[in-house]
This record gives sequence, C-alpha cells and structure tokens, in this order.
Amino acid sequence: MSTTDGRKRLATIWLDGCSGCHMSFLDMDEALVDVAAMADVVYGPLVDTKEFPADVDVTLVEGGVSSEEDLEKIKTVRSRTKVLAALGDCAVTANVSGLRNQFPVDRVIERAYHENADDGEGPQTDVPRLEVWSKPLHAHVTVDLWIPGCPPSAQTIQFAVTELLQGRIPDLSEHTRFGA
Amino acid sequence: MARTVTIDPVTRIEGHAHITIDLDDEGFVSDARFHVTQLRGFEMFCEGRPFAEMPSLMARICGICPVSHLVASSKACDALMAVSIPPNGARLRRLINLAQIVQSHALNFFHLSSPDLLLGMDSDPEKRNVFGVLAQHPKQTKEGIRLRAFGQELIRTLGGKRVHPGWVVPGGVSHPLEEEARDRVLAELPEMMVIVERNLDWFKGHMDGFQEEIRSFANFPSLFMALVDEKGRLDFYDGKLRFVNAAGNAVGDDVDPADYARVIAERNESDSYLKSPYYRPMGYPDGMYRVGPLARMNVVESLGTSAADQEWAEFQQLSRGSVLSSFHYHYARLIEILYCLERIRELLEDPGILDPHVRAHAEPNARVGVGASEAPRGTLFHHYEIDENGLMKKANLIIATGHNNLAMNRGVLQVAKHYINDGQVDDGALNRVEAVIRAFDPCLSCSTHALGEMPMDVVVRDAQGNVVDRKVRS
Repeated sequence: MSTTDGRKRLATIWLDGCSGCHMSFLDMDEALVDVAAMADVVYGPLVDTKEFPADVDVTLVEGGVSSEEDLEKIKTVRSRTKVLAALGDCAVTANVSGLRNQFPVDRVIERAYHENADDGEGPQTDVPRLEVWSKPLHAHVTVDLWIPGCPPSAQTIQFAVTELLQGRIPDLSEHTRFGA
Repeated sequence: MARTVTIDPVTRIEGHAHITIDLDDEGFVSDARFHVTQLRGFEMFCEGRPFAEMPSLMARICGICPVSHLVASSKACDALMAVSIPPNGARLRRLINLAQIVQSHALNFFHLSSPDLLLGMDSDPEKRNVFGVLAQHPKQTKEGIRLRAFGQELIRTLGGKRVHPGWVVPGGVSHPLEEEARDRVLAELPEMMVIVERNLDWFKGHMDGFQEEIRSFANFPSLFMALVDEKGRLDFYDGKLRFVNAAGNAVGDDVDPADYARVIAERNESDSYLKSPYYRPMGYPDGMYRVGPLARMNVVESLGTSAADQEWAEFQQLSRGSVLSSFHYHYARLIEILYCLERIRELLEDPGILDPHVRAHAEPNARVGVGASEAPRGTLFHHYEIDENGLMKKANLIIATGHNNLAMNRGVLQVAKHYINDGQVDDGALNRVEAVIRAFDPCLSCSTHALGEMPMDVVVRDAQGNVVDRKVRS
C-alpha cells in the first residue's frame, strides 16, 4: 500500500545480527540517492521513527530471531508489511546467531557474565529474555524472499530492493549464495 | 507524580538499546540509564573450534568494524603461534585498519550524526535522517558518502570484500597488494583530503551553535585510555596502553596490552547486557575511563602526521588539560580521518608496501595469546586460550564500546538532567539524550558480543519504580 503520491514505503530492521547487511545496504553509496527517489525509508536504524509503522510495502530484515524482543518484532513487522525479505545468512539460516544453539542458553550467560567478569550480578532487569534457540525468520513467520550472503553484496541488495519496490519477486540465484 | 520516560529504540546508533529516565515527584530527573538489549554468545561458541578460524569468525561480531576484529584476532593468533610476522604483513594490516577507521568515522559523522548537526537537534524527526540531509544538503552528504566509499573500497581492494573480508589471517595477510591497485588508491587521496578538510572547517565554524550541547554532553572529568607508540604518538595497530586523567597527566603508562587484566576490571550491570570495565587501580566507579577518538586526542603527545598535527594543536586549545566534553568526539573523529588519510599515503608511498612476503606460517606454540589494536571506537582486546591441539578453550573480548559504558551512562544522566525540567519531555530533549550516545558512536553489536543488542527507548518511572509513561516516539 503506497502513499497517495504513489511513493513506496521501505523499512529495514536488524534483529540478532552484526549490522554487516545494513552496512552492505549503505555500500550502495551514491545509488542510495536512487533508492531514496523510489521510496520513503519509513523505519530502520538510520531513521528516527520509534514504532514500526503500518502499511509498509517492503521490509528487509537482518539477523536471526534470538530473544523474546526479536520474536515480538518479527511478528509485528510481518503483520504490517506486504513483502518481507530475509536479508543475509543470519536471517536466512540463523548462521552466526545460531552458533550458540549448541550450548544451553544459561551457560552462554554464565560464561559471559560470571566467568568473564570481576563483579556485579549480571543482567536481570530492563533486558529481554533470550529464546532457547536462535532461529531464522521463516521458523516464525512467512518470508517472501531470501537474500543469502554474509553479507549479500551492495549490488545484490540494490537489485533485490529495486525489483521488490516494483512489485516483482526477483530470482537471486545468479546474484548471490550462502557465505557470499 | 513521579514517572519514567523510555526511549525505545535508540536510533541512528549501531546496535540495539533503550534508555530509561526516572523523574521525581516534581518532574525533575532523578536517574537515567542506558540498557543494551542483545547478547550473542561469541565467547561461548568459539570453544572447541580451531584457533585459526577465529579472525573470520570473530569478524562476524560486527559488520561495521569487522576489520578491527580481524586485526585484533589475528594478532592474538600471532601470539599463539609465537611468530613475528613479515614487515609487509604488518604494514598491510595497518593499511586496512586505517581504511576501516576512515569508513567507520565517515559513517558516524555523515550518516548517523549529521542530521543532528546539519538539520538541528530540534528538527522534524521524520526528516532527521541521512535521507533528510541528502535532500537539504546534497553536496555535503554526497561528500560523506564518497569518503565512506573510499574507505570501504580500500578494504575491498586489499581484502576482496567490503564487509567481512577474509584477508587478515594468523601470521599476516593472505596476499600482497598489486602496484596498479596502490596507484588507484593514491590517485583518490587528494579528493578525500579536500573533503575532510572542508568538513573540519565547517564543524569548527558551527561549534558556537552547540555551546549548550558541548557543556552538557558527558562533560565531566574521567580517565582516558588509548594505545600509543614508543614516542607517545597515535598508533592504531600496536603500542602500549596509556591512561591520562582529566588534568592531562599520565596515571598509567607503558602497559603491555597483554597485561590488560592488571589495569582493567569488568563489572556486570544488573540492567544491561553491556558490562562496565573500569581502571582497576582506582576501583568502581572512580576508575571510569573513556576510549575512542576523544580519548586518543587526550592521551597522545602528538599524532605524527603534519596536517593532522596542526588540527590537533588547535583542538588542544579547547582546554588546559584533557578535553572533557563528549560532544568533541565528533571533532576528534574528523581529525582522525585526516590523520588516517595522511598515514595511508605514507604507507602506500613506502616501496616496501608491494613486498610479496606477507605471511608467516607456524603451528601453535603458546597456549595463551592476547591481541590489541585501536578500533574506530577505542581499544579492542582479544584474549584466547587454546589446548595442545590448537582448539579454543576460552576467549575473553573487551570491545571498544564497552570501555565507555560508565561514561555513556553518566552522560545520559547529565543530558537528561540538563534538558528535562518540570516533567516537560519534548522531542528535542529526547533527541539530545540519544545524541550524546551517538557522540560516543557506540557499536553495540560489537560490545555485546557476549549477549547483545541496542535500539533506543525512553521509559519514565515513578519514585516507586513503576513505569508510568513510555515515550516511544513515532
């Protein structure tokens, strides 16, 4: 659903990732001007909107779903987005965010905050609970396009975004792969 | 009635966090805290993996400064192999580290912070972003994009990829630099120098308009820490740790980074996934110190390149001792870009830069290795222990942003107290609370390597701790 002047609404969000996919998005460099000409960026780490808006045409999601907050966010994003794309290997397969799955979550916390710290009790309040498993997006919601890569190249992202904003789901098999 | 304001998520920062501001019964700020809400578990899941995998795995801590992790991790691996790497391996690592600092500083200044600086702290939040500045200040914004692209392209030229190159490896780098590529980079340098000098002039010319922010943005005494070379100059790749105090005097000097645990202790916080390191001899919280561009300007005796040293001399005039306002992280960041461009030129003009001997090979020879370097945001430590087969037993990482946790928290409180009075909480005040965080340029995907994430959220709580208001701006 576009705005009255026909401009599309684009959003990006990061869940449990390293922000490298967002950096690759910025690596479009001057082509960012072209994207800005096609669509309003209505939500994302680069803009000051605090609540995920309604009626978004395309959302790119970086990172796996690792905490209760991530889970809540991806459900909200899905319910307010027409086309949802998993951006990068963590969103597609959990990848690096999923490496902790081989250990019980309590041990991950124990290692970080007790064995590797000198004092203090460790996080208890004002922080979201970690999910037992870090999972890819499609474990929780319907995904319309997977964009693999660690990260996908700027050219791949530009091509995918341009196609998605024009209402087409592109075939990316010639453009990127896992670990690209 | 007392209440808590929440800013969630904190935007235009690199990671996930929120901020809570507690107001008392009269509507004045009683406390403010910065909470980091992501934890990733790197220290855990590297266990049992071969140490040589660490550089490319640890780089995935952060997509903004993967090169910094590649460098610190590879240096820790060098120590495990107990090798001295070929001189040109070290030179090329220095080069890619400088490229990384240029692109990351350009990202903070132009893509994240310039909306506050160019459009104003109180400007329309809908337009207060890089696309908004692009519309209103296209020339300056495109220059920023060019400058970041230069750094990213240099990384790609050396490492084959802009984000997560695999080129920096235990023992050096995987392949040498070609002459043609060197010449291409050299040819672009003059344009980049002009861009950064023009933006430095712009910043200095506009500082007067931010006097209130300069006074209130984490402007307080603290220690500062950075690596310096044997002559006390800026060194992003190597050197010894130095701590200076607010008066500008060294309180700790010549500390081998491998002995970091002697001077740095880490404390957990009950309400954040980000731990708080402090200077061990002074205890918690008096041992609060800052790292990154501002700290480096305060710690060094000179930068070591001509144009940057001139700018540094002018910067020094801001204060008789250390420069204390964190607003000046922006200023320091621009001077560092200039320094990096000058150092990149020096390295590329060194005939040794084309030497094809760039890597040493060895089996693991030591059980413990520490690697340290200056990342864009401050000093980065990777500390590994391996077993007799070279498999990881333990990793401890102290990430640049983490060092600043105590100062960021105190800075958030200082800004909130200054701008929020009588229970009046407007967008401009909240944006300044976020802007002080942006000045530190925290990289939260990095710093909460262990668990870690950081959007921004302001919660207002009453005197009993009940959440009575949540300022989630939209």
